[in-house]
Amino acid sequence: MKKNVTMGVTKKKTKRSTVLTLVTGLMLIYTVLPLVWLVLSATKSQEDLLGTFGLWFGDDFALFQNISDTFTYQDGIFGRWVLNTVFYVVVGAGGATLLAALAGYGLAKFDFRGRRAVFAIVLGGIAVPPTALAVPTFLMFAKMGLTDTPWAVIVPSLVSPFGLYLMWTYSTEAVPNEILESARVDGAGEFRSFFKLALPLLAPGLVTVLLFNLVWTWNSFFMPLIMLKNADLYPLTLGLYSWNRQANTVGGDVVFDLVITGSLLTIIPLTVVFLLLQRYWQSGLAAGSVKQ
Amino acid sequence: MTIIRRRALLGAALSITLLASATACSSSDDPDTGAGGGTVSEADVAAALEAGGNLKVWAWDTTITKVAADFQVKYPKVKVELVNAGTGNDQYTALLNAIQAGTGVPDVAQIEYYALPQFALNKSVAELDGYGAAGLDGKFTPGTWNAVHAGGKIYGLPIDSGPMALFYNKEVFDKHQIAVPTTWEEYAAAAEKLHKADPKAYITSDSGDAGFTTSLIWQAGGKPYTVSGTDVTVNFADAGSSKFATQWQKLIDAKLLSPVVGWTDEWYKGLGDGTIATLVTGAWMPSNLESGAKAANGKWRVAPMPQWESGAKATAENGGSSLTVPAAGANKALAYAFVKYAAVEEGAKTRVDAGAFPATTAELNATEFKNKEFPYFGGQKVNEVLAESAGQVVSGWSYLPFQVYANSIYGDTVGKAYIGQGNLTDGLKAWQDASVKYGQEQGFTVK
Repeated sequence: MKKNVTMGVTKKKTKRSTVLTLVTGLMLIYTVLPLVWLVLSATKSQEDLLGTFGLWFGDDFALFQNISDTFTYQDGIFGRWVLNTVFYVVVGAGGATLLAALAGYGLAKFDFRGRRAVFAIVLGGIAVPPTALAVPTFLMFAKMGLTDTPWAVIVPSLVSPFGLYLMWTYSTEAVPNEILESARVDGAGEFRSFFKLALPLLAPGLVTVLLFNLVWTWNSFFMPLIMLKNADLYPLTLGLYSWNRQANTVGGDVVFDLVITGSLLTIIPLTVVFLLLQRYWQSGLAAGSVKQ
Repeated sequence: MTIIRRRALLGAALSITLLASATACSSSDDPDTGAGGGTVSEADVAAALEAGGNLKVWAWDTTITKVAADFQVKYPKVKVELVNAGTGNDQYTALLNAIQAGTGVPDVAQIEYYALPQFALNKSVAELDGYGAAGLDGKFTPGTWNAVHAGGKIYGLPIDSGPMALFYNKEVFDKHQIAVPTTWEEYAAAAEKLHKADPKAYITSDSGDAGFTTSLIWQAGGKPYTVSGTDVTVNFADAGSSKFATQWQKLIDAKLLSPVVGWTDEWYKGLGDGTIATLVTGAWMPSNLESGAKAANGKWRVAPMPQWESGAKATAENGGSSLTVPAAGANKALAYAFVKYAAVEEGAKTRVDAGAFPATTAELNATEFKNKEFPYFGGQKVNEVLAESAGQVVSGWSYLPFQVYANSIYGDTVGKAYIGQGNLTDGLKAWQDASVKYGQEQGFTVK
């Protein structure tokens, strides 16, 4: 993400700066190198993976074999993890975005008692690291009997204080009060004016929040780790972790090659989404950074 | 089966200790979760099998899969749900979390020997004497049978064991004309000769590992931990501990140990390409070499563990685990039936056939087991060496009732000696002090 922002800035500058080019060049290498390593490693058999130079191809080109092994290993559980992840992301990140838009808009456009308190709580929510809440959340969910169910992953990801804050500031700026006033005068209900008028205006901010939540949910690891025990419910992150841990288990099957290939397959969808939506991401980020 | 000896996931270890102490408190206020041995009898176990029911089993050992399947065929009324809740520490964290929350506690849980006293002491796992476990005396090797006891009571049944042996890369040894060491003196000499001949090669990798350190002290006759109820002593000043500290310090000082961390991809790479030439480790190692270091197929061999006294025959255990019945489980009689099936009945043989190293004397002494030739080890009858080691384990060892915590702070104390800060003797002293302090905080009488 950093890379995109910096590149955006460079384009707008009229003067060329050697230092800046150099810095972005270094940044580029820094971000791309691990990716290159991952792509090259995914083409290797396990023996080559451990036995040949990391930044070039191995003796055998095993990419397709690796991909097919990844999808067939342990009765094809990898495919199940892909579907789980997509499900968690669609429901979790989608729901979080919708909730953030509704709440952010509401807080920006309606004056009511306790608005400042809500503001303080939301800011406080951003400040608390999710890791600190993990164990209390686990105990609470356990009491409700929700651990080891898909809800244990979805419910925590439905709440996004940062997304809410972003939608709040964005709504304040992007939706003129005049439009809403005239809609009210014309007799439109509040929900109608939100969905028909405000939502289209909020689109860039909405996409930004969606992307944030998407990345967050797609990569979420710790919450599923403590909540889920049943491998059939794992998202990709946790599944790959469990495969990697087999190397630490006596009698476990060492499958570094599949972990690598699985990791590559895991980041492809995210990369695609980013390439498609990066324009919104940039403008949304900028909106969040300057508007208070 | 086992594993551990990884300093990573400090966070997990930390939350374990926090929760462990919390559990210790809550269970003492709440005696009815402790389920004493008197409430369930052998007849109840048989009746439970008859009645059937559902069992949730937490185990990371891959050989349990087949055992669970066979068990359900034999007892169709029982449904077993096998869950891999993580290996070692990961699973203990999950287990303590579940016990703490009071829901989601499995009926059966795999626990390593070094961690078992901790779970036994705070009554997280049920005492099994009354279930019929007391009658199994003699079925298991003395080392593993001792390991599932705490305060004279049985808290689990052994499912595997790790009598130690010297695994070495014969090709590397032959190439540099190094004789297989029989004593630790010879081992140090071999380390020096090898590293001189090939600066990239090391005799072994050791960046500091609590399990390995305690196992070597164990072999040297040291008894740093003594436990009697809540009276605990920690003393790393005995003869066995200092034998280890002196000898191993020589290897550290001469930089003859590879700093590669165990169980990483780099480690497997070293085992495969000959830059890590030996491993002194538990008998469970062969299957991991076979799957993780394929490049060295045919090159490794197994020899008896190097000795502290020339001509001696003393070994120690490294790793190994048991199946336990968590006290909060809903159907403990049925759970015990499964544990027994997996540990001593048909399951024991099934697991050995799948590559596990047995804890039962019957399987250990079976001709078929001893005569099995391992192609990975150039056709060597590896189990002969390993089974011999099982019979030579020094008796009288015990772990602390808070060993999981103690091992988690090993890196901050003894581990420093490996990076040149102080020496092993100082490190062991620091480990001792920190363990004593923690033990006192937890309400133990520690000396």
